[in-house]
Amino acid sequence: MQLAFTEQQQAFRAEIRSWLQANVPAQTLQTFDTEEGFQQHREWEATLNQGRWGMVTWPEALGGRGCDLIEWLIFEEEYYRAKAPLRVNQNGIFLLGPTLMEYGTEEQKARFLPAMAEGRDVWAQGWSEPGAGSDMAAIRSTAQLQGDKYIINGQKTWSTRAVWADWLFGMFRTDPDSERHRGLTFILVPLNTPGITVRPIPQLDGLPGFAEIFFDNVEVDVSNRLGDDGAGWAVAMATAGFERGLMLRSPARFQETARRLVELYRANEASASHDPQIRDAVMRAYLDAESYCLSTYQTACRLSQGGKIGAESSTNKIFWSELDQNMHATAMSILGARAELLPHAPAAEGVGTWLDGWLFSQSGPIYAGTNEIQRNIIAERMLGMPR
Amino acid sequence: MDFTFSEDQLLFQDSVRGFLVNEISPERLRAGWETDTGRDPALWQQFAELGLTGITVPEEHGGLGMDAVDFVLLAQECGYVALAEPLVNHALVAVPLLQDIGGELAARWLPLAATGEARIIAAVEQNLMVEDAHVADLLLLEREGQWFALEQGQFSCERSESIDPGRRLYTVTVPAGAAPIADGERASALRSASLNRGALGCAAQALGLAQRMIDLSVQYTAERKQFGKAIGSFQAVKHHMANVAVRLEYAKAPVHRAAYAVAEDAAGAALAVAQAKLMACEAANLAAKNSIQVHGAMGYTWEVDLHIFMKKAWALANTWGDAGWHKQQVAAVIFADGAALGAGATFQ
Ligand SMILES: Cc1cc2nc3c(=O)[nH]c(=O)nc-3n(C[C@H](O)[C@H](O)[C@H](O)COP(=O)(O)OP(=O)(O)OC[C@H]3O[C@@H](n4cnc5c(N)ncnc54)[C@H](O)[C@@H]3O)c2cc1C
Repeated sequence: MQLAFTEQQQAFRAEIRSWLQANVPAQTLQTFDTEEGFQQHREWEATLNQGRWGMVTWPEALGGRGCDLIEWLIFEEEYYRAKAPLRVNQNGIFLLGPTLMEYGTEEQKARFLPAMAEGRDVWAQGWSEPGAGSDMAAIRSTAQLQGDKYIINGQKTWSTRAVWADWLFGMFRTDPDSERHRGLTFILVPLNTPGITVRPIPQLDGLPGFAEIFFDNVEVDVSNRLGDDGAGWAVAMATAGFERGLMLRSPARFQETARRLVELYRANEASASHDPQIRDAVMRAYLDAESYCLSTYQTACRLSQGGKIGAESSTNKIFWSELDQNMHATAMSILGARAELLPHAPAAEGVGTWLDGWLFSQSGPIYAGTNEIQRNIIAERMLGMPR
Repeated sequence: MDFTFSEDQLLFQDSVRGFLVNEISPERLRAGWETDTGRDPALWQQFAELGLTGITVPEEHGGLGMDAVDFVLLAQECGYVALAEPLVNHALVAVPLLQDIGGELAARWLPLAATGEARIIAAVEQNLMVEDAHVADLLLLEREGQWFALEQGQFSCERSESIDPGRRLYTVTVPAGAAPIADGERASALRSASLNRGALGCAAQALGLAQRMIDLSVQYTAERKQFGKAIGSFQAVKHHMANVAVRLEYAKAPVHRAAYAVAEDAAGAALAVAQAKLMACEAANLAAKNSIQVHGAMGYTWEVDLHIFMKKAWALANTWGDAGWHKQQVAAVIFADGAALGAGATFQ
C-alpha cells in the first residue's frame, strides 16, 4: 500500500489543470436541455477532444491517452474542480464507448468512436419502453431482419438527451418468438432515419431532458448491429456494468457537492444552527463523499492489478445516488424559505444551483436500474440470498 | 498510488481467519464467560506460536516488525469471531506505544510481548473503563495528562460488568505516589497516537463484526421458513441485508486508509481514524439492528449466537472515543477556515 501519487501522476494532474484553466469557458454554458445549450456543449466536447482530453482512458489511436483508471480519477478531480461543463455525450463516451471496444468490430470502432469523441455524434440510450422499465427483459420493440437491413417498429421512452442527439443505441427484439432475455439484439440507430419520431418529455424542471421515440418501419443497416444477433442482453449488461460500475459517476462530482455544502453551511451558519441535524448532515455528506472516493480508488487499484468488478458494484449506485439526494436535501434545509426560488428570481440571492441539483438528485435512485432492483441484486448475487 | 494489500498480507489474513474461525467457536466464547478471568492462556500461547503476539514488535526484540497496515486485516478477523483475548489492544495499541515510550521500559517488555509471555494493555483518559486490566502483565495507563506503567499487582482494579459477557471492564486506581513515565506535551502526543490506534482497532473489528452478522442472518433466513418459503426470499428481508452490505462496503476503504495513515504517522491520521471509526461502527450498528429484525424473536434470545456479535458492536461504537468525540475531530477539520476539501483533496 502506497497512498501517494507518483511524480508522473502529479505531472499529469498539473497538465490537465493548466489546460482546463486555459480552456474552460469563462461563462457557464446554458443547460444542455435547451437547443442552444446542447450546441454549446457539443462544441465544448470538440474543444476537449482537440486537447485529447475527451476520454483519457481510450487508446491513443482513438484520440485518447491510454490512461489507467487512477489517471482517469485524477482527470475527473481536476475536471470538477475547474467547474468544467457537464458531459453532453456521457452516454456515448462512458457507456457505449467501452461497450464498443469490447464487442465492436474494427470497422465499427473506426466508424463510431472518433465521431463520438469529437462530439459530432451525440448518443442517446434506448432501453426503456412503456412496458419495460425495471423489467428490461420485457422489451417489445422489434427489429426484423430483411436482407441486410433491420426493420424496426415500436417505442422507446425516457431516452436522455434524445431530443437533440444524433444516434441511439438500443435493444430490440429480433426473434419474434423469443421471450425475456433471449432474442434481443443491440442495434445502433441514426435518429434522423425516416420513420423515427422523437417526442420531447419535459422533466421536473420543465425542460425536455428526455424523450420518447417512435419507430415506424425504420430501416437500419445490419452493419449497425453490435454483437451477435440475439446476443443483445449480454452486450447491454456490459454497458450497464460500466454505468453502475466506475465510469458514470466519479467521486469528484460528489466531493465537490460536499465541499460546496460545507461552504453553504458556513455562509448560513447562524440560521442553519437552529436545526441541529443540519450540522450532522453536512458532516455526513463530507464523510460519505470521502468514503466513496476512497472506495473508488481502492477498486480502481484492484482492477488495474487484474481484479474483476463483481456484484459488489451494485452497492456503488445506491451509495452515490442516496448520497447525492441527502446532500441536496441538506442544502434545501439550509436555504429554508429561499430553497424553492428559481435562481433568476429577484429574491433568490445565494441559492446558487442547489435547486437544479436537488431536482436531478431525485432521479438518481431511479435511473440506471432503480435502487430497489440494485438491492435485489446485492441480496441475491453478492450475499447469496434465495430468489 | 497503490491502494491494495500485498499478496503476503492477504495470505496472512486468510491463514489467521482459518485459525480463528476454527478455534473460536461461539461455544468456546460462551465457555469463557463462565471462567474466572474470561481469558484463555492456551489460546494466547497459540497466538504466540503464530507470531501474532509479536507481530508489531520490532525484529531486534524478537517480533515480526509489522505495522498497522499489516495488522488491520487481522483485526477485522478478530472482530469476525468476537475475539475476547486482548490481542488487538496488545498488538495495535500497547506495543507501538511501548516503542514510542522507548528506553529501558521498552527494552525490557518488548521481548516479553513478542514471545507472548507478557500481555500489555494500554488505556487513555477517554477509556472510562480499562478493558482486560485484570490480565495485563503491564498496564500503560494515561490519567489526567500523565502516563503510568503499572505491573500486575501494582494497581488495584474493580470490575464493572458489561451486558457483553465477553468484555471484562475495570476501574483502575493509580496507586498513590506512582511516578508518571510521561507528562505534559509528550504525554498528550502519546495519548493522541494511542487513541488513533485504539479507535482504528475498534473500526477494523467493527468491519468483521458487521460481516459476521450478515453471514449469520443470510444463513438463518435461508433456513427459516414462513408462508411456505425461506424468509430470505422476501424482499423486505433482502433489502434489510442489502442496506447493511452497502454501508459495510463503503466503510472498508476508510478503515484501510486509516491504517495507512497510522502506520505512516501521517498528519491527517486523526481525521482518517475518526472517519474510519464513524463509518465502520455505523455499519456494524446497522448490521446489528437489521440482523436482529430478520431473526425475529430468535434474535432476542440469549441462546442464539447473534447477540454475541451485536453486543460487541454496540460496545465498540462507544470505546476509544464515542461517535460524538470522533465527530468533533471531523468538524474541527472540515469547518476550519481554508480546509482542504473537495475533489483532489483526499490524498493531499
Ligand atoms: C432522469 C432519467 C433518465 C433516464 N434516462 C434513460 C435513458 O437514457 N434511456 C433509457 O432507456 N431509460 C432511461 N431512463 C429510464 C429508467 O431506466 C427507468 O425509469 C428505470 O429503469 C425504472 O423503470 P420505470 O420508470 O418503468 O419504473 P418501474 O419499473 O415501473 O418501477 C416503479 C417502482 O417500482 C419498483 N419496482 C419495480 N420492479 C420491482 C422489483 N422487482 N422489486 C422491487 N421493486 C420494484 C421500482 O424500484 C420503482 O420504485 C431514465 C429515467 C430517468 C428518471
